[in-house]
Amino acid sequence: MSPIPVPPKRVLLYTAPIIVLLFVLPFVVPPYEVTQLSYGLIFAIAALGFNLLLGYTGLLSFGHSAYFGMGAYGVAFMVKYLKITSMEALIVGGIVAATAVAALFGFLCVRYTRIFFSILALALSQVLWSLAFKFFWVTGGTDGLRVPTPSLLGVGMAPGQDKMAFLAHRYYYYVLVIFLVGVAVMWVIVHSPFGKALQAIRDNETRAEFVGVQVRRYRYMAFLVSGVYTGLAGALWVPLNGLTTPDILHWTFSGEIVFFTVLGGFQTFAGPIVGAVVFNYLKTFAVGYTVYWQMFLGGVLVVLVLALPGGIVGTAGRLVDRFRKAA
Amino acid sequence: MGLLSTKDLVKYFGDTHAVDRVDFTVNQGELLALIGSNGAGKTTLVNLISGLVRPDSGQILFQGTDVTHQSIHERIAEGIARSFQLVNLFDQMTTLDNVALAIFSREGKTRRLFALADHDSAVGDEAIEVLRQFGLEGKARMVAGGLSQGERKLLDVAVAYALRPKLLFLDEPTSGVSTREKAPIMDIITSIVRSGRITAVIIEHDMDVVFKYSDRIVVMQQGTILADGTPDQIRTNEQVVMTLLGTHAGA
Amino acid sequence: MDTFLIHLLNSLLYASVLFLIAGGLSLIYGVMRIVNLAHGNLYAVGAYTTAWAVGRVLGGAPTLVLYALLPVGAVAAAALGAVLEPTLLRPLYKRAEEYQLLITFGLLLVLEDRIRVVWGPYPLAASALFEGPGSFAIGESIYPTYNLAVITVGGLAAAGLWAFVYKTKFGVILRATSQNMRMASALGVNVNRVYVQAFTLGCFMAGLGGAIIVPQQGAVLGMGVDALILAFVVVVIGGLGSLEGALLGALMVGVVREFGIAFFPEIELAVLYFMAAVVLLIRPAGLFGRT
Repeated sequence: MSPIPVPPKRVLLYTAPIIVLLFVLPFVVPPYEVTQLSYGLIFAIAALGFNLLLGYTGLLSFGHSAYFGMGAYGVAFMVKYLKITSMEALIVGGIVAATAVAALFGFLCVRYTRIFFSILALALSQVLWSLAFKFFWVTGGTDGLRVPTPSLLGVGMAPGQDKMAFLAHRYYYYVLVIFLVGVAVMWVIVHSPFGKALQAIRDNETRAEFVGVQVRRYRYMAFLVSGVYTGLAGALWVPLNGLTTPDILHWTFSGEIVFFTVLGGFQTFAGPIVGAVVFNYLKTFAVGYTVYWQMFLGGVLVVLVLALPGGIVGTAGRLVDRFRKAA
Repeated sequence: MGLLSTKDLVKYFGDTHAVDRVDFTVNQGELLALIGSNGAGKTTLVNLISGLVRPDSGQILFQGTDVTHQSIHERIAEGIARSFQLVNLFDQMTTLDNVALAIFSREGKTRRLFALADHDSAVGDEAIEVLRQFGLEGKARMVAGGLSQGERKLLDVAVAYALRPKLLFLDEPTSGVSTREKAPIMDIITSIVRSGRITAVIIEHDMDVVFKYSDRIVVMQQGTILADGTPDQIRTNEQVVMTLLGTHAGA
Repeated sequence: MDTFLIHLLNSLLYASVLFLIAGGLSLIYGVMRIVNLAHGNLYAVGAYTTAWAVGRVLGGAPTLVLYALLPVGAVAAAALGAVLEPTLLRPLYKRAEEYQLLITFGLLLVLEDRIRVVWGPYPLAASALFEGPGSFAIGESIYPTYNLAVITVGGLAAAGLWAFVYKTKFGVILRATSQNMRMASALGVNVNRVYVQAFTLGCFMAGLGGAIIVPQQGAVLGMGVDALILAFVVVVIGGLGSLEGALLGALMVGVVREFGIAFFPEIELAVLYFMAAVVLLIRPAGLFGRT
């Protein structure tokens, strides 16, 4: 969203070292840290989808737990009831489940904007949470559903292999590749004519209508794409977590998605990615450090909103600009 | 049979008869000025024709097609575009992208998710050409929110013009700019409109501007059409002079 | 017939508490255009404070004194609101409303744990107040008298609020500010003061809701977040910013919830949302909403 479009080649030049680093990491850091990063990358996929709505279309959804959760439960159901073990099939199933729900909820939500959109998205997402909670004989209730490690590209976990090693190595690379493809595709989407139309809607809905953009239809499309990304993230998350519980469907998890997007900076493309990875470490640290981790995170959010609305990437970008001008 | 005509067009806001049984015609190729005091119903009439507001009753015909119940984007596809009195732009996007979006939309390309907008050189070239015509090519990479008021007024018209309309409504294209800037802005707009053979309707308060640039003038008063004629006819119409120019001069 | 009457009374009980919460939420939105995601936590603060106060005084105190402690929760929530509005919300009025939602979400996280820090992880009860008035017979069943008191308070609160908003000078100022903040400001209304008063009043209502229901249900962690969702359904149905809408919405949600839990417990919430969705498709601004 930077005013001056960065040419794709320059983008690759900037990001290549980071990509290389991500590929070497499992050889350098302990497995636990690698799985933490996997969580971060998965949340980043969800945040990218979420930010297509917030940063590019101007719609703040407090209900994205629904699509993340549908991706996760979609996978869990396929494992439990259809005995499917192929991760590729599970991903497709998870995305289909999430998109179906996004198609339904989005139909209602895109009729509204601003706060009305936010609370409607929130309220609708709670339906799924209550269903997961109440239909415990199908969903496992609060115990949730266990999901064993799936086979990746047809190759399952070797007998006797340590699960941690599997997750920290093969599954990490699996997630990393999907993450990179997801980032590249999203980068193209926000720089496509479609992406420009969304930004036009964000900036000025009335004028967007008067250049011929059918605002409600484009919002709906953005909502669906957003649902696909968030559902994909949910599907990738289950095998890593080994378990899905209704917590992931609760709206406070939607709040976390909002949180890390704002933490990274929703007015930049990379912000949600950075925010998701940082938030994951922040939360892991806080949860390990104190039972009152919510208070800690809440305090961080309050400070962020009051003092650093640009988030990590937005603020860093501004500092770099100032530094350059001074030099 | 004009390019556009309205029949018995009515719009009330509560007790206010904003537009009251108006028969309004625009002829092919003319530059028409729509004048009248504040609250005379000019903007409401344009809002009704462009689709922003729905009429209570009456009919709008454009090139023989009934567009009364068409959506905004259908009317744009028919060839009706407009600018706004209070500048309406995409403030966080670049000047170039403001115009490029209109072109993408016109060509039905905004449905493309998986193509880079900047790689469409045909659209990019056309957008630059439009900006050049409006004297804005130097600001192509600036965000629209950072332009001066005069530049923003021009860009607002440029975005509408980039839709290549057959009929262009310009709602006070020089309001809010200094007197010194008015003439250059009007010169640019009228020369583009005339050379592009676009039919245009301009709402304007400045009588000097109106008499200098328009082919025909329609005067509105309290939701109805008071007078309709060439600049010379209007200038000598006593009723108009009394109700409009008189109060204008007195104010 | 008797069971029906009991269900009906329970519906009114739910509706009373819901109206207090959702009415406060709607009042705040109507005046300030802010949706406070931490609103449910103020309801929880009301419940916890009253339960705590009753627990402190309980030893041998006359019952009447205990009932006098009920409003303590409401006052605590109001006091909290009076502090929060000028410190956290006021700096954000000029910013995009996304930030206002975000800061109240941060506040929600903080308050959620604050309650745990102050009152611990275990539920608090004030059941002495609930058991005190005993019960009465409805046909073959018995029904707690206290529930009627809650319904009465809910009804009185609705009536009092209506009188306050439509019959007092302050109400006129409140409505003027909600119609047009700039105009009110130009006419000499101190908007900052109206905002803090409206926010405090909204928090008072939520706290009162918590205070009167705590003898019957107890105070548990997470009660605020759950209540917020139901309050959202109420205002979505009734129309955000409308007190009449909050009343009607609370009654509808109260009835559907009570009968839902009795007859189709699994999909009780889903039915509620289905109702809300139907209302939205027919009347996009809610039953009493203005757009």
